[in-house]
Parts: sequence; C-alpha cells; structure tokens
Amino acid sequence: MRLRFYKQRKTNTFYIMRKLLSLTLLALAGSTAFAGGYRVSIQGQKQLAMGHTGVAVVNSAEVAFFNPAGMVYLDKKFNLSVGANALFANVKFQNSTYNWTAESKNVGTPFSVYATYKLNDWLTAGLAVYTPYGSAVDWDQDWEGAHLVNNIDLQAIFVQPSVSIRMGEHFSLGGGVIYASGSVNLNRNLSMNPLLSDDGQPSDVTIDAKGITAWGYTAGFMFNPTDKLRIGMNYRSEIIMEARDGDAIYNDTPTFNPLANTTFNADLPLPAELTVGLSYQVTDKWLLAFDYNRTMWSAYEALDVTFGNGTESLNPRNYQNVSTYRVGTQYKANDKFTFRAGYYFDESPVQDGYFAPETPRNDSMGYTGGLTYQVNSKLGVDFSFLYLHFDEIDNSYNHSTDPISGQPNPDFGGTYKSVVFSPGIGITYGF
Amino acid sequence: MKNKFIYLAVLAAGFASCEPEFENEVNANYTSGDADFSTYVAVGNSLTAGYMDGTVSRVGQTYSFPNLLAQKFALVGGGAFTQPSYADDVSGFGGLKLYGNIISGTRRIIDASAGGVEYIGGTADMSGPVDIEISNPLQQTAYNNMGVPGAKSFHLLAPGYGNIAGVALGQSNPYFVRHATSPSATVLGDAMSKNPTFFTNWIGANDVLAYATNGGAKSDGVTPADDHNVTGNLNPATYGSNDITNANVFASVYSTIVNTLISGGAKGVVATVPSVTSIPYFTTVPFNPVPLDNATAAQLNSVYAAYNGGLDLAFSNGLITNQERLKRKVNFVAGKNPVVIVDSDLTDLSGLGIPSYRMTTSQDLIVLPASSFIGTLVGGNASLINGVSVPLSNKWVLTANEKAKVANATAAYNAAIVSIANANGLAVADMNQIMNQLVGGLRIETGQVYTANYFSGVANEWKVLFSLDGVHPNARGYAVIANEIIKVINRHYNSNLPLHNAGSFPGINIVGSN
Repeated sequence: MRLRFYKQRKTNTFYIMRKLLSLTLLALAGSTAFAGGYRVSIQGQKQLAMGHTGVAVVNSAEVAFFNPAGMVYLDKKFNLSVGANALFANVKFQNSTYNWTAESKNVGTPFSVYATYKLNDWLTAGLAVYTPYGSAVDWDQDWEGAHLVNNIDLQAIFVQPSVSIRMGEHFSLGGGVIYASGSVNLNRNLSMNPLLSDDGQPSDVTIDAKGITAWGYTAGFMFNPTDKLRIGMNYRSEIIMEARDGDAIYNDTPTFNPLANTTFNADLPLPAELTVGLSYQVTDKWLLAFDYNRTMWSAYEALDVTFGNGTESLNPRNYQNVSTYRVGTQYKANDKFTFRAGYYFDESPVQDGYFAPETPRNDSMGYTGGLTYQVNSKLGVDFSFLYLHFDEIDNSYNHSTDPISGQPNPDFGGTYKSVVFSPGIGITYGF
Repeated sequence: MKNKFIYLAVLAAGFASCEPEFENEVNANYTSGDADFSTYVAVGNSLTAGYMDGTVSRVGQTYSFPNLLAQKFALVGGGAFTQPSYADDVSGFGGLKLYGNIISGTRRIIDASAGGVEYIGGTADMSGPVDIEISNPLQQTAYNNMGVPGAKSFHLLAPGYGNIAGVALGQSNPYFVRHATSPSATVLGDAMSKNPTFFTNWIGANDVLAYATNGGAKSDGVTPADDHNVTGNLNPATYGSNDITNANVFASVYSTIVNTLISGGAKGVVATVPSVTSIPYFTTVPFNPVPLDNATAAQLNSVYAAYNGGLDLAFSNGLITNQERLKRKVNFVAGKNPVVIVDSDLTDLSGLGIPSYRMTTSQDLIVLPASSFIGTLVGGNASLINGVSVPLSNKWVLTANEKAKVANATAAYNAAIVSIANANGLAVADMNQIMNQLVGGLRIETGQVYTANYFSGVANEWKVLFSLDGVHPNARGYAVIANEIIKVINRHYNSNLPLHNAGSFPGINIVGSN
C-alpha cells in the first residue's frame, strides 16, 4: 500500500498569512505574504504587525529570530518578548464536474518566546523558541480526496540559543544553533477504490510520529552605515526532520486483505531561508522596513513513506524555490502607543499539477497591523493581526498512484479558496 | 483607548466568522435546460433495475443507473425517485424465492479463500439463503424505476406479466410480480401511471441476449432456439424464452412504447442494445482453452479416429463438401486446443451414425459458465472429459452462425431505436457504441481507461466495469453508464448536470471467506 503523506503543522496552520491591521484602517490591511508551503511566518507580535519584516529592525527581543546579529543593538540589558497567535485557516474546495464541495477549518496556535541578555558592550546572548513550520488540514473523513489526505497535523518547535557580537561601530554578527523538535500525524484512505473497504468503511492508514528531532543553525549580520539605516542578512539552514519507526495504523481493512499495523520512515525537509532587508528611520517616530525572503523549497521533492511491512508510498511534491516580499512600517505616536502596519506578497512553492489538498496553498497577500501599549518603561503589551488573502484557484494533484493497481489515479482537483487570519497578543518586558 | 481595544476585539470576532467564498458556487450553473426532470421514470430490463452479480439486491439496486441519474436530476428540479422495495432483502444477498423455493440464486462474490466465484452465503454451485419471497408481500406499487430484469420489448406491453400465477409456468416475471399494481397490469401501464415528465428507455437487450447467453439453445440446452427473423413469426406470444424477437415486431413494439412514453409530453433518452461481443460473458473463455501434451493429444485423437473416418466417407459419397469435412475434423495437438462441440448447423449425418461435431474456431464464443464446466468429468469417468472427449452441447457455445443472427438482430433493433427516437426528437444514448469502445479500452473524462474484461484478480479489478455475472455492469459500470447518459442529456437538452466519479464506485465484491 502506498500512502502519501504530507506534513503541515497546525500551529502554523497552512500558510500563514498574516495580515496586520493597521489600526486606522482595518480594511486597508496590507498583506505580507508568508512563505507558502507549511512555513508559518508568525514569529513575533511587533514584527508580524510590520509585515513580518525584521532582518534589519532592532525593536525587541524578536530580533533573536529575525536576525540574531541585531540583538547586540538592543538598548536594555535584558529583553523578553512572549507572544502567541490564534491562527484560523479555512479552505473550501469545489468541483463542478462532480458537484463536490468540501471544507477544512483549523485553528493553530503559533507562539514565540525570545529573551536576550547583554553580557557586555560587544556581546549579547539570546534564546529563541518559536514555531516556524506547521500545517493542519482537516477534511471530512472519506471525502472525495480522501485517497490523498483526510487530515494532517504537522508541528515543529525550534529552540535556538544564539549570540550577537558587535564588531566596531557599524557592524555586528550573530548566529546560533537550532534544535528542532517535531511531530506529524496524517490520515488518508489507502485507495479511492472501494475494493479496499469493509462494510462500507474505506480502509485508511494513520501515520504518527512524535519527538522527531534535528539540528540546524542560523547566522547573519547587521550593518548600520548611518544612524538611520540598517541593513541585515540572515540565513536559516535547512533542517530535515527524519521520522523513524513512527506508528502506521491501518483502519477498516477488508477481511480478504488484513493489514497489520507497522512502522514507517519518512523525511520531511524544513527548507532553508535566506533573508535580506533594510530599515530606515525616516523620522524619530517613523520607521520603514523591507525584507526579502528566499525559501529553498526545492528541497521538498517528494514525501516518500517507507513502511515496516515493505510497502512504500511515493508522493512527488516537486516544490520550487520561492520569494516573499515584505514591507512594514512603525509609528511611535507617543510614549504609550506605537502603531504598525505591513504588507507582503508570498509566492507559493506548489507547482501546477502538484496542488494537493494537504497543503492547498497558492500565492497570497498578507495584510498586517498592530500596536503596542506601553504600560510603563519596562512592560508593553503587543497586539497584531494578520489577514492572508488568497485568490481562488483551479488546480489539481496529478501524481498519485493507486496502491492496488499500481496505476496512476485520476487527477484530483477543483477550485480552492482559502482564508487565513490570525489575531495575536504578546508582552514585551525589559530593563 | 479602551474603546479601541473593544473595537479590535469586535473586528477579530468578525474575521473569525469570515468564510472563504467562491465567485461561482459549484451548483450555480447547473440547469435542466430544455428538460423537465420533476417526474423521471425509467423503463427497461435488468440493466435499468440495477441488476448485478446475477441478481438484484438491496444494495446493488442503489447503484442502478436511473437512481444515479436521479441523484443528479435532483439538483435541477428532479423529484423523488422511487425503486421497487428491497427492504425484505435483509441480508443483502439478493436472489428470489417463490413459495419457499429458491428460483434465483444469491449474488456472486469472489471468495478469496477459495479463489473463485461463489454465491454469497453458498458455494460455487449452490445458492446461499434468500430472504426475498416473491409472494409476500406483493407491493402492488408503481415505481419511478420500472426496470424489470428479464423483460423483452414486448413484455412491457403484456398484461399478466406481473401475475404471480404465471411464474411457475414461465408466463410472468417474478420481479414484476413483486410490484405490479395488479395481476393484469402492464409494465408500461404502471410506468405511465407516474405521469413522467422525463424518461429513459433501455429495452431490447433481452430480445436477443437470452438467445446469446444460452448459446442459441432452448431451455433444454440442446435444441436450437428460433431466430424469428428467419422464421418470420410475428406473434411474440408464441416465442420461446430464448428466441430472437423478429425485428419488425421489435420496431412495432418499440414504437408503441415510445409513443406511449411521450404521450403526456415527456422528453427522454432511449438507449441502444449492446453487442454481445462487448460483454465478458462471451469474451472471457478463449475458443482454445484446453492445454494438452503430445501423448494426451494422440490418445484423444484415437478416440475421434472413427468419427474423422466417417467424415471422409461422407465426403467421398458427396454428402458434405470438402470444406465441411475439414471443418468438422477433430484433431488435437500439443499446446492449446479448441473444444469439441455439437453444432446443429452442420449437415445432419446422423443417418450414418455420424454426430454433428466440430472443434471451435476463433469465430465461436464460449459462454462464461463453461469456464467451470470444460474439463470436468462425466460421472467421474476419467475418459469422459467435457469439451474434450465429450463434446459440449449447444448451450455452451454461441457459434459463428448464431453470433451472426444475434448481430443482425442487434443491428436491426438499433436501427429501429435510432429511427424512432429521431422521429420523435428524443436523445439517443448509443450504449452499443460505448460498450464496443470498452473492448479496446474506454477512456473516460478522468483519464482512467476501462475495459470489457472480466475480473481476473485484484490487479485488474480497478478497470473492470462488469459484475461477476459477466453480463451486467458492476456499480462502477453503472456509474460510467449514468455519466454517458448525462452527457447525452446535456448535449441534447441543453442542460448542465454534473457527473459521477466512477472511480470511487465499488467494483468487484471480494470477501475473505464465504
């Protein structure tokens, strides 16, 4: 039996698109695009509100994620940023040839914790915990695309200790190691052919692996040629999550072909990401920031699952490298209030004909906004909002194979329309 | 400021309820076009009733093509679609009992433990238990699906076809008996009592198929059945059950049926009769299924030496042509061999004590049930091997001559169907043409290719459209048929109806053990 599976994390539900609502104009939200696939770009309330820019922004401990090199420029000795989002990802699917309709609704909770500590004038240490990848999709069990996926929940948490070193007046380096811990749970029907069913219940398989761990790194620099201009670059390495001896559980297998539960192995790449950007302090109150992300999704060629019983499921993905273009702004109205807004355009790594219902993501535009209410000099409360707009798209997945016949399945496709939005809240504390 | 947070919270709640919306909802463009599907009535035979795996069963009936059509009609104003009740088929085994005696066996399944076709709940040769008792209850109800398994064209017009008293005499139809509104009701009359606004009519296959499936034999399996295109007999009341209906009778009856169906203004679709050569019942067993080695072949040839010698004698006396002499000679060789059959179309030499034997050729069609008969022994006698040392009787083979009669009749019926439909502006679903495509492989809209092959294992199951009886489609096959009819309706009546996804319908029913 082959099974294809796909990982995405629920926390960072599908693509995450964030939108920031500018306080003033919710309706005018700008969008930032998130990096498609199962990348979830919600790594900080302040920066999310600015279109998830940040590689050249020194605002808070969030910089430990966006560019550790910037940590050393933080004014306070100790900085803490803690935040979480509720991420709502709704997808509708329809196919007028067969009058199919389906819907998936998921809620994820990406979160982040960042802390920095200034050891001396030229060295700052930091710790970052965040959830950059994830996906969750939950179609009705045995829906028309059940041979591809019924539901999936992919999660990953990164823990990243890092240091930032100042080298002279204008330049700093930063980097750290990443410890990634993840899990995946996917259920799909074994075949679209009801032959493999018992008493009308189609056979399905759940693959489940928890506690998958892997290591990676992040590194970057920040260059401040003038008082107002910062330029940053950051690279986060690819991390391959290798699920080994996970559980493969078969359900409703027919009496003529019972399948014993077994184990599975699969690799899922969390792609490398290169970010370059700049920020410019236009006035004392007004900051502009631009980021460009290049995400190396071509690492995700296929999701091939090898089962302990000797069968395998080959699922070509053939993702492509994509770019995300971000712009954000921040306006410090007074000592109490700072307002932020941003927009991004996020290219989808999914190519035509590989549009599978596990990650039904096309290009998106993220509109973000938010504000900080500074309670006192030490404590601030951050709010953010992300709205991701997707155009509806006609696409299909044309590369699945039936495990019984070994023959190609019919293409599975239709029209997809997604809406993702995510309100978030956090606190910033420092002294 | 506080108000602002409240404002934000309200906004967040507003977004939380926001739903993805399509520019065009999936069903926005569905339309009935020029047709009115509010009351859809289907008339026909087993193919309309949802017969599969040798019976109608409670579950199998739900896959009847009219029921599948009605599911789509319901999107554009189609009303309720009723089918004869199979609530009494509690086990779902199908089959029929009359006064406690099983007259039709349970549905066929593949028993994986035995590796072959069996009656569910029974064995390869014996039916399992049947729940349906024809006599109780008599439903006496007209349904939207008036497909009656076994019905020929003229049966739809025949009063008494639903009279229980006639079942044992072969004068009525047990399926129609179950739901005829009265003992004297006709199938068409009951159908018309529903006042159809739309109909499908797929009748006619049995007018020729009964002859074909019985190898051109009467019910005794030996005596040739009649082709009334040859006899010229125009009175169907006198026809034997396996006879071929006269084409003029067919055309007349068909015209009456269609004129009746459209009498209330209904529109509809008529379907042509498929060729037997596209049905696995006739194409699964090869003409040369007997593997032999040299020694066995020689031994068998010695058995037929006297017969072959007799043919030489008859030829030298001018009783048969040299062509017939050669055609009739029985000669086994090492390798795959044809079977020996009794062919009543051969010159009768019984006066000389020479039987009418010959070996099959690629022009003959051996029927599917012969696959479990050829090679069996008569009375356990190892020298009496059916199909080899004991020739097969008429019913096992549709010979080239018989096949030609079937083909001629089919062509004549289909010409009548198309002509009558055209004269009345009705849509034609050319099921004959579609099923002929299956022989080479029918590629459907999903790209999947289906064939007219019989189930030969899990590896070919995915492209099998016929059920285990070899004549009737399986659920997947009925979905393909429904789709083809929907396409015809969409074209002819400017409607827009969605299709069924055939690949997700069941094919062959395989059980672990029976």
